[in-house]
Amino acid sequence: MNDLEDVLIDKAEIEQAIHEALLHGGEFAEVFVEDKRTTGISLDDRRVEELATGRDRGAGIRVVVGDTTGFAHTADITGAGLVAAATAAASIAKRGGGGVREVELVQQHYPSHGIVEIYPESIAKATKVTLLERADDAARSVNGAIRQVSAGYGDSRRRFVVANSDGVYADDDQVRTRLFVMCVAAGDSGMQTGYESIAYTVGYELFDRISAEETATKAANRAIAKLAARPAPSGVLPVVLKSGTGGILFHEACGHGLEADHIVKDASVYANRIGELVASPSVTLVDDGTVSDKWGTSTIDDEGYQTQRNVLIERGVLTDYMWDLLRSRKEGRASSGNGRRQSYQHLPMVRMTNTYLMPGGDDPDEIVAQTQNGVYVAQLGGGQVNTATGDFVFGMTEAYLIEDGKITEPIRDANLIGNGPDVLQKIDAVGSDFDMSPGTCGKDGQSVPVGCGQPTLRISGVTVGGTAGA
Amino acid sequence: MPELLDIAKRIAAQARDGEQIEAYVSWNRETEIRAYEGEVESLSSAESSGVGIRVIQGNRQGFAYVGDLDERHAHEALEEARDNAKFASIDEHAGLAEPDGVAVKELELWNDDLAGFANADKIALAIELERQVRAGDARIRQVVSADYGDSSGESAIASSKGIAVSSRETTCFISADVVAGAGDDTQTGSGYSVGRGSRDVDVSKAAGDAIERATRLLGATKPAGGRLTAVFDPRITATLLSILAGTLSGEEVARGRSLFAGRIGEEVATAIFSLVDDPTDIRAFGASAVDSEGLACRRNVLIEAGRLSKYLYDSYSSRVAGAVSTGSAVRGGYKSIPGVGARALALEPGELNQKEIVAAVGDGLLIQGISGVHSGVNRVSGDFSVGAEGVMIRNGQLAEPVREITIASTIQKILQNVLYIGNDVEWLPSSASGVSLAIGDIAMSGA
Repeated sequence: MNDLEDVLIDKAEIEQAIHEALLHGGEFAEVFVEDKRTTGISLDDRRVEELATGRDRGAGIRVVVGDTTGFAHTADITGAGLVAAATAAASIAKRGGGGVREVELVQQHYPSHGIVEIYPESIAKATKVTLLERADDAARSVNGAIRQVSAGYGDSRRRFVVANSDGVYADDDQVRTRLFVMCVAAGDSGMQTGYESIAYTVGYELFDRISAEETATKAANRAIAKLAARPAPSGVLPVVLKSGTGGILFHEACGHGLEADHIVKDASVYANRIGELVASPSVTLVDDGTVSDKWGTSTIDDEGYQTQRNVLIERGVLTDYMWDLLRSRKEGRASSGNGRRQSYQHLPMVRMTNTYLMPGGDDPDEIVAQTQNGVYVAQLGGGQVNTATGDFVFGMTEAYLIEDGKITEPIRDANLIGNGPDVLQKIDAVGSDFDMSPGTCGKDGQSVPVGCGQPTLRISGVTVGGTAGA
Repeated sequence: MPELLDIAKRIAAQARDGEQIEAYVSWNRETEIRAYEGEVESLSSAESSGVGIRVIQGNRQGFAYVGDLDERHAHEALEEARDNAKFASIDEHAGLAEPDGVAVKELELWNDDLAGFANADKIALAIELERQVRAGDARIRQVVSADYGDSSGESAIASSKGIAVSSRETTCFISADVVAGAGDDTQTGSGYSVGRGSRDVDVSKAAGDAIERATRLLGATKPAGGRLTAVFDPRITATLLSILAGTLSGEEVARGRSLFAGRIGEEVATAIFSLVDDPTDIRAFGASAVDSEGLACRRNVLIEAGRLSKYLYDSYSSRVAGAVSTGSAVRGGYKSIPGVGARALALEPGELNQKEIVAAVGDGLLIQGISGVHSGVNRVSGDFSVGAEGVMIRNGQLAEPVREITIASTIQKILQNVLYIGNDVEWLPSSASGVSLAIGDIAMSGA
């Protein structure tokens, strides 16, 4: 694995590619060179089904002329390969005349938001396999009702260098490690599933902090709790979201609408509303790529800009959007460090990092106690949002009825449906606790790791799409 | 470009005694163009390629991939796959596909015209699409994206079991996402058109669909809840068929993760309901002559006149079940191993078009969009609860639009409550085609 310590590409070759791109008509040129290694192991039904490893190396070159972006990528990361891609990208964007421009690349070094203690590649494959077997054992030992366990382990090491004609020249070495466990429990009323995952921008030391057993036990308990679940109610109800479970809702239903690409095209409910009250005054929404070790954390974004903490909504008032390089250049402002891409084969665009609602002053237990009848959500699954309208749908994967201010019976999986801007107005209690969870955000066909967080909070009314009576 | 099949064969030929090797080699060239305000916003042009290698040693499987066609890198991946195999559990069913003698059909999925279609003409299509959408209706406030895309791809599979196949295909598409507005209300809609070559795509259809879908929801309100008959638009039906195919995967059935496990021969749907997966039908976007393990794709009847007749299998799941592969191996590219999946689902069409179905239903809801399918459908219990938007049906006519509702039932009930199947078959860019479908007794939650 020593080659991972090597320089990905010489500075002179990057400079040459940028030079070529500008010569062929580019006003702005960027070179992104990446080497990503992944390991994935899956265990199912007590068997190690698959151990897969892979490596992708390549470079993506972006050239901008006026409002047009040309992009080409190549798996050939020699100097010649880069120049060929640069020429191709420039010819795509070509409009005006080219010119020679001196670009001085000065390497930037930024402090990291976490130190990798144990590089996953230093851990034997057999050890990683054992980790999954331990998770399987732990889940099954919770209760005989656990019939099936599947578990997955993944690690990745993504090194990249990015440089552009503005003189940006930076690199990063991102290590991510994760584990998920899914259990199926069987009972009189059929089968139910329980899921738990841990995912951090750290190395294998993750499992010294949170054990595989703990993760598996959570998943198993979730499945077992649901065996007694009855169909979810249907209709508009108060919903209390447990801390750390509902951040995805705000990511999807509000965060996407605050991405500058949607804003500049006036395709967001939040366009042209800076300074307006867009949420309940108890809401402060932040996107922060610097939170130590979190799934959406990195030192720099994929355009070479330092990540930062950006306050998007402060006490209900819209304060700013999230920006990547292209959109911020056009507006004559600085990037907010939100330019991300899935790989060298993709164009960067505005993406979230870790998005969260700040804690408030309410006692989490009191929030439940003061809810007459409603739903308590202990885990939210995936969701979908229409950015232009803010309409969203999310699945509840662990939820309970609240009756007379008490959490009572578990309910079966069902969707929450509503409108992001509307929900932000309807948050009427914000707890003093806080937690985050990892997720994968998809946009325009690209997936990137993100973090989501929030304190325990209550939405005064949201539609629960249960099947009670269906 | 090197011959992909030759690369695959050279890798497979390195199998040692007692070892099975399969190499999947793919290459793809893509163009993507986005138009905005009459100009090109972005144009990407790129080639990508890679090799995925499966090794089976002593009933253990290992896998590794590399994202280029450099045979030195492929050799490193082979060694990695061999090493990875040592850590997998012994599985008596592990193994590659055995050639089964089913003849591979000749399917023409490659359109030579695409290679000669100049970037300038592609750009013109994207810009024309945007223009037609903006000009088509005064209520269109924004065109979020107006895209042209095409792809030419080849893949080859060779194994030490004697599999040696290659295939190639082209696709071409245009799509538009638009925002319509009236007063404070905004709604979105999308339209697209797909084909094998540039002449297959229809700009006015894509523009018209996007406009109609965005504008017909303007003024949508949240209705009162109740139980009603829902008419699924063809796109929604295609989503339902994809969900069904997931429950009919032999892999999921074997693992007890399907509500249809152990129900072959049972009546699971009304008698008008017949579901087929036929990748050899070249009208299908997912058409393919060979599956992702190199076996011939074939026509599989999954539900015949309401009766469950077959599950889909790849070679592994067929061995687990003691069945034979249905040629239904699919894979997500060189980075992943094959799994079971449908490619070209279609319902046996009925007699009525959508308008006639709406008239026949009398009162109900035409569903234009659903969301939350991933979280709202449980393939084990059959619970079905998704967000929806659409248009109410009153007295056999389309009436007011509705939004922010959920519709709920179970997969079992939906199949038993199919009232009408339309004749309006739409071949969609998905593993399923669509047709209008009327389902009785759906619970709608609203205000």
